[in-house]
Amino acid sequence: MEGFPILSLMMLVPLAGALACLFAGAALARWIALGATLATFALGVMLWSHYQIGGPQWQFTERAELFAGFSWALGIDGIALMLIMLSVFLMPVCILASWDSVQKRVGEYMAAFLFMEVLMIGTFAAQDLFLFYIFFEAGLIPMYLIIGVWGGDNRIYASYKFFLYTLLGSVLMLIAMFWMVAEAGTTDIPTLLQYDFPAGAQTWLWLAFFASFAVKVPMWPFHTWLPDAHVQAPTAGSVILAGVLLKLGGYGFIRFSLPMFPEASAQFAWAVFVLSMIAVVYTSLVALVQSDMKKLIAYSSVAHMAIVTVGLFAFNVQGLEGAMIVMLSHGLVSAALFLCVGVIYDRLHTREIARYGGLAINMPYYALFFLLFTMASIGLPGTSGFVGEFLSLAGIYQTSSLVALVSTTGIILGAAYMLYLYRRVAFGGQVHEDAAAMRDISPREWLMMAPIAASVLWMGVYPESFLAPMRADIAVLDARLAAAAPASDAALTAGAPRAEAANALSHENGANHSSAEEGAH
Amino acid sequence: MDFAHSFALIAPELLLTAAGLALLLVGAWGGDKSARLVAIAAAAALFGAGFMLVPGLHFGVDGPATLAFGGLIKIDSFALFAKALIYLAAIGALMVAPAFFNSAAAGTERGMRAEYPVLVLFAAVGMSIMVSANDFMTLYLGLELNSLSAYVLAAILRRDTRSGEAGLKYFVLGALASGILLYGMSLLYGFTGGTAFTAVRAGLTGEMGIGALFGVIFVLSGLAFKISAVPFHMWTPDVYEGAPTPVTAFFATAPKVAAVALTARVVFEVFGAQVDAWQQIVMFTALASIIFGALGAIGQENLKRLLAYSSINNVGFILLGLAVANEAGVSAMLVYLFIYVAMSLGSFVALLMLRDEDGALFETFADIRGLSVTRPAIAWALLLFMFSLAGIPPLLGFYGKFVVFQATIEAGLVAFGAIAIAASVIGAFYYIKFVKVMFFDAPAGVVTGKSGAAHWALLGLTAAIVSPLGYLLTPSLTDLADKAAASLFLAV
Repeated sequence: MEGFPILSLMMLVPLAGALACLFAGAALARWIALGATLATFALGVMLWSHYQIGGPQWQFTERAELFAGFSWALGIDGIALMLIMLSVFLMPVCILASWDSVQKRVGEYMAAFLFMEVLMIGTFAAQDLFLFYIFFEAGLIPMYLIIGVWGGDNRIYASYKFFLYTLLGSVLMLIAMFWMVAEAGTTDIPTLLQYDFPAGAQTWLWLAFFASFAVKVPMWPFHTWLPDAHVQAPTAGSVILAGVLLKLGGYGFIRFSLPMFPEASAQFAWAVFVLSMIAVVYTSLVALVQSDMKKLIAYSSVAHMAIVTVGLFAFNVQGLEGAMIVMLSHGLVSAALFLCVGVIYDRLHTREIARYGGLAINMPYYALFFLLFTMASIGLPGTSGFVGEFLSLAGIYQTSSLVALVSTTGIILGAAYMLYLYRRVAFGGQVHEDAAAMRDISPREWLMMAPIAASVLWMGVYPESFLAPMRADIAVLDARLAAAAPASDAALTAGAPRAEAANALSHENGANHSSAEEGAH
Repeated sequence: MDFAHSFALIAPELLLTAAGLALLLVGAWGGDKSARLVAIAAAAALFGAGFMLVPGLHFGVDGPATLAFGGLIKIDSFALFAKALIYLAAIGALMVAPAFFNSAAAGTERGMRAEYPVLVLFAAVGMSIMVSANDFMTLYLGLELNSLSAYVLAAILRRDTRSGEAGLKYFVLGALASGILLYGMSLLYGFTGGTAFTAVRAGLTGEMGIGALFGVIFVLSGLAFKISAVPFHMWTPDVYEGAPTPVTAFFATAPKVAAVALTARVVFEVFGAQVDAWQQIVMFTALASIIFGALGAIGQENLKRLLAYSSINNVGFILLGLAVANEAGVSAMLVYLFIYVAMSLGSFVALLMLRDEDGALFETFADIRGLSVTRPAIAWALLLFMFSLAGIPPLLGFYGKFVVFQATIEAGLVAFGAIAIAASVIGAFYYIKFVKVMFFDAPAGVVTGKSGAAHWALLGLTAAIVSPLGYLLTPSLTDLADKAAASLFLAV
């Protein structure tokens, strides 16, 4: 794979597909889009299989000086690899989800999604500060169109709010980037990761980046665009928003804020904790009273992303790994939940929870998938949600038991609103005739759900596959943060190891057994 | 004085003047039937004049060899860059004119008149003199030649009341601004004893007296009127709305380039020793233009009026580069100017293509509802222009803002840059309203007319420049702008 520009190719394929879709008819555009996203996914699998765990930190690097002031520099580490995989995995699902439900201006719709895919891969792979900004910001255009053209009744308001909110956050980050480049004299991200900015300046830079990422994540109280955007976007738009776009914020924290401004991150860690704690409790309670399914899941996203920020700012390996796994898991689970909503929305054209009921009777397979994803959202052991949330909370517990305590209530509240939702939709009697007449999921919908369900279980049972590529990068990040880490209240002290394992049996001639052999069991 | 050298330097202007005079005679004898021919000949003359600039632009010219007529005129790289942009914009304004004047859009006086291309030529000559002025007298001559042509152009539809009103408003307010400028120049002359830029500059070194300061402020105010920067912007929406659309396209591009270039030359070559005196004025006008240009546009229904506010807004960003007061800032400003010309010209061409079957133009939001369904090519081009004007990557408008803000931050004006960029988000609001109306609303279906090849060619070209493909231009564009900025600072 050495020297083969696979990352550029992964962006070129959907780009070519997008341009083709713009000029193709509806039926052809669907197939082109599916083909392009599947081809990109295949390239993604190749990327993962050729990624050397324990190899150099930045792999598949490409560099070309094309532009005045910045360059076409790409390259990934394990963190970026996982997020790219998430993006390319969800894209074919999005195309399938819109197969029948989108009937107007199909070519443009598919093109917008393929452009989106190009930009997402670019954002995660960019190794040049300004190139990153271009990809990061350009996503506004297709998403604005997706919400505005193919969205629900209140789509205009939602699209404006989404656009202006995120734009305001991003432009301040751009100013900070100019300052950093002027100070450090390079736009190369790996170099900037090692650069020590003066502590006084870090505060401002951190705040400017925070303005952008806090809106993207979104953190309370900057989250208000999210429920509007989610509710009004078409199903696939919500999938991409929840699945990947929200991860841009978390990725921004882990790639920029933490390693570039470690002192400022430590200084503001408590601000992040407070906002996250409020988010966990408040948005969970808000989710509990929603009557609109999409809104409920949107609020649950805010709560889950708060677990991510808590984990990130725990300043230890468990917290960082947990945050990454929560991001990946939430990317899959919330995407799947939006798909579940989309499936029944396509049949009954309402997101009102009260209009459903007893779906487990007439749609048993649907109810099964929905249950799995509900459980994964709650964080049931064996699903991906458990691994991520457990690691995140274990990480934050080392830093602050108070934050861990409050954040954990999110799991309980999460169980409350998700199970309550599930009960009202899938269980109970069939009160509405039209809801009772809905047919079970079609083969196309099986194709959307089954891969996500398999991945959720895979990540829940054997998270090592996902953690292994990231381990070295998180260790590097942890080492970079170690000096700045805020004081923790856990006061962990290493105890003296016992002479024998606690469950060791005393043998009569114990002298023949060394304790090392015993301990190996 | 070596006249041969001087005439060689101003060859493009001579060509344009000769062409203008000859075409005036053609128009006088040939009548309006010859208008199309005159327009083509005028565009060819502009193209030829532009072609003459190429060697100078490519190799970069500066130093004493650029002075003509005993230092009255200075043809350095900076002047060449501005002139190239002016000629290109003028060619664009000529290309879109015949279809407009020969259709129902021109109201009761259908048919293009031969004066139009001739006036554009004379305005171009005036602007060439403006950007290469090295003396307040030449500056004023160029400015007035351009302005007088522009007043007539604004009122060229004689029986159309809106056009007449625009011409009158432009004339009265323009004359006022010229008066302010002249007064400032006379003060500077009185306090420094010269009209040549070098003489005034020499007189302004050291402690500046209150009288000279007034001179500086009056000159800057007069120039701010010409570039329609806040607080001297009030004429812009009325004139842009009332003037015939091809004329508006011309006003929004070429004279703006000329006036901005002139302002840059005056502040650096004349007031270069008194940066503190003018820098805060330019900073204020830049910020005020960005904010008021954006706020004023929000409630507009008329698209031309909205683009007028958008041009005020853009002038703010252009002045941002000027406010930085160094070479990088000027270079960034020139790059922005080029991109601005492409975006504005493209937007106005797109507006000119919003026609019904008779060719009458539509110019309100209500008319372009759902344009993406009925006329997708125009709608997608407008989408590119609007997102580009809003500065959203990966469109080229982002690059313009990028270089300007980079220069601002590198010069240490961080707070100033942060406020300006935050204010740019207000502007995004009405740019995305364009997209919303064209893409999200139900089609109004009134835009049914076909457009000619000239429109499509110009639209395609500007859209290609504004699209991400335009980044391929940036290395050479930056190179030219750097040379131009360097030649301006050589004198300093």
